[in-house]
Amino acid sequence: MAVLIDNHTRLIVQGLTGREGTFHARQAAAYGTTVVGGVTPGKGGTTHEGWPIFDTVHDAVAKTGANASVIFVPPAFAADAVMEAADAAIGVVVCITEGIPTLDMMRAMTFLKSKPATRLVGPNCPGLITAGQAKAGIIPGHICREGRIGIVSKSGTLTYEAIHQLSRLGLGQTTCIGIGGDPLIGTTHIDALELFAADAHTEAVVLIGEIGGSAEEDAAAWIKVNFKKPVVAFIAGQTAPPGRRMGHAGAIIAGGKGTAAEKMAALTAAGVRVVKSPADMGQAVKELVR
Amino acid sequence: MKIHEYQAKAILARYGVPVPRGEVAFNATEAGEIARRLGGGVVVVKAQIHAGGRGKGGGVKLAQSSEEAEARARAMIGMRLVTHQTGPEGRVVLRVLIEEGLKVERELYLSIVIDRASGKPVIMASAAGGMDIEEVAAHTPEKIVRAYIEPGVGVVPFQSRRIGFAIGLSGAQTNKLVKLVGFLYDAFVQTDASMVEINPLVVTGDGQLLALDAKVNFDDNALYRHQDVRDLRDLGEEDPLEIEASKFSLNYIHLDGNIGCMVNGAGLAMATMDIIKLAGGEPANFLDVGGGASAEQIKNAFRILMSDKNVQAVLINIFGGILRCDVLAQGVIGAVRELGVPVPIVIRMEGTNVDEGTRLLRESGMNFTTADSMGEAATKVVQLAR
Repeated sequence: MAVLIDNHTRLIVQGLTGREGTFHARQAAAYGTTVVGGVTPGKGGTTHEGWPIFDTVHDAVAKTGANASVIFVPPAFAADAVMEAADAAIGVVVCITEGIPTLDMMRAMTFLKSKPATRLVGPNCPGLITAGQAKAGIIPGHICREGRIGIVSKSGTLTYEAIHQLSRLGLGQTTCIGIGGDPLIGTTHIDALELFAADAHTEAVVLIGEIGGSAEEDAAAWIKVNFKKPVVAFIAGQTAPPGRRMGHAGAIIAGGKGTAAEKMAALTAAGVRVVKSPADMGQAVKELVR
Repeated sequence: MKIHEYQAKAILARYGVPVPRGEVAFNATEAGEIARRLGGGVVVVKAQIHAGGRGKGGGVKLAQSSEEAEARARAMIGMRLVTHQTGPEGRVVLRVLIEEGLKVERELYLSIVIDRASGKPVIMASAAGGMDIEEVAAHTPEKIVRAYIEPGVGVVPFQSRRIGFAIGLSGAQTNKLVKLVGFLYDAFVQTDASMVEINPLVVTGDGQLLALDAKVNFDDNALYRHQDVRDLRDLGEEDPLEIEASKFSLNYIHLDGNIGCMVNGAGLAMATMDIIKLAGGEPANFLDVGGGASAEQIKNAFRILMSDKNVQAVLINIFGGILRCDVLAQGVIGAVRELGVPVPIVIRMEGTNVDEGTRLLRESGMNFTTADSMGEAATKVVQLAR
């Protein structure tokens, strides 16, 4: 069991013929994911690395039965790609692209409200991996082990760090969800926690947040009332200066709001085990699930 | 991206928002000429820097005549202006805005930003103009009126009317506000702004509404489609090392500590700063070298890190998911050999081919310290930086 993707997933890659798209399509297939084709407008009817290429997502769905998509298209075209996938009723759309204009994403999010069948993950995220089954995105498969811990995270390499710590301690994962570091994202911490709550195989969750916005505080309030499984949390940016954007478009303390201290306090008050050091994520989970 | 007040006002004016008459001056003579062109009466001389709180720091002065305007500008240009937003080092004033003096009846607040929780633009207004909106939000949140804009619909007049009446405007003034908010939203959307703020929005003696101060920030991700906005960038307001880093797509933020950091990924880079602090040290920077971290990127990163003379030790923390650790190690060895980095370097890397990478570092004959975990790396680098 797992959430969002598994060995029934039939994945298309939007932007498969590009360098990143090609590389990660190969990696996903090597991990065991059923990659059924790619979409590159104007290259429909050709094949790339053995995969059929389609002009539109609608064509790809009709011909391959795709039920998930991963997007590797440049920022100027990525919101368009998200909306196209949603219009073709793809169930899980994972947008890896970093640097999408906020107003483009705002339009895409508005569009998605009329497409309830689609869940967007990202943008500006490492995507999803279900250990031992499938991946859609750039999370390296070889660091994962099958197990019972779910991960939801705003950060890419910090997610790898968490996976690595867990695997090293013999704690495998169900699904790792990189939700992304942009101000506007499709799947929030709460959405991911809802999925993990319903997944019988996920025993505990690692929640990784960072400065900016109030998603972690919202998650804390939700956990307090609704979430019964153990949660370990780390918030990046405890030492970040206010008013500076720390790499991710959404990682900024603005007007004194969105600090790590506020988020850590809210999560602690909700019964979450908050670790100050990023090196302690794995060990804290081990102590809670024993 | 940030711009100056006079640039923000020019943009807002282009979309129809009423602003006071005025022009920017780069020297005192120009300031005097502008004051004369404005009629020779009362003008305001305003220092142009990318920071708020200028009035309290002495960066906004009234002048009764064009001669006084010239004298005020002479005193202001070249001065180091310190405000609560500049830090103790302040900013050198190189341009001043000369603007007509107005008879102000009321000072209000008006802004548009994206509300992250709802994913919609939100109009915020308050009758307490001239104050930091953060302060109003913290102490008297009930004084802030909000209206959420449906992205597909835009601002609807009733929303602006509700705001107008809520902040105590008359019927006639509210009609003016409805127009003004519409223009402000046009400017917000069409320039891909991340924030437009008018503080204060003033009601003058004759019942006009004008933007007495204005701030516009832009979405960096959208700058590619706004050449006119990119042209407004003032490099003099930015940290030289950060400008240099941006040329190589390195995400670098200069801080006050003495431990240089080089990390792949923004979240891990922040976490690395955090763990250095927990170990008792102070990070000298935030630096995300990106997912690839090629040999060239590593060299550029070292060059920029070492330009900061406070750096006494460097921590490299790379989680090579896709990136191979042996390739990374070669990059680090090559960069250090070429640039001759004179401070201790602690390397923590993890991921594909980590054993081969560690062997390369050990056999390089260079003074690298390796660590198996983030915690160990932080402890070691803090010791070495002492």
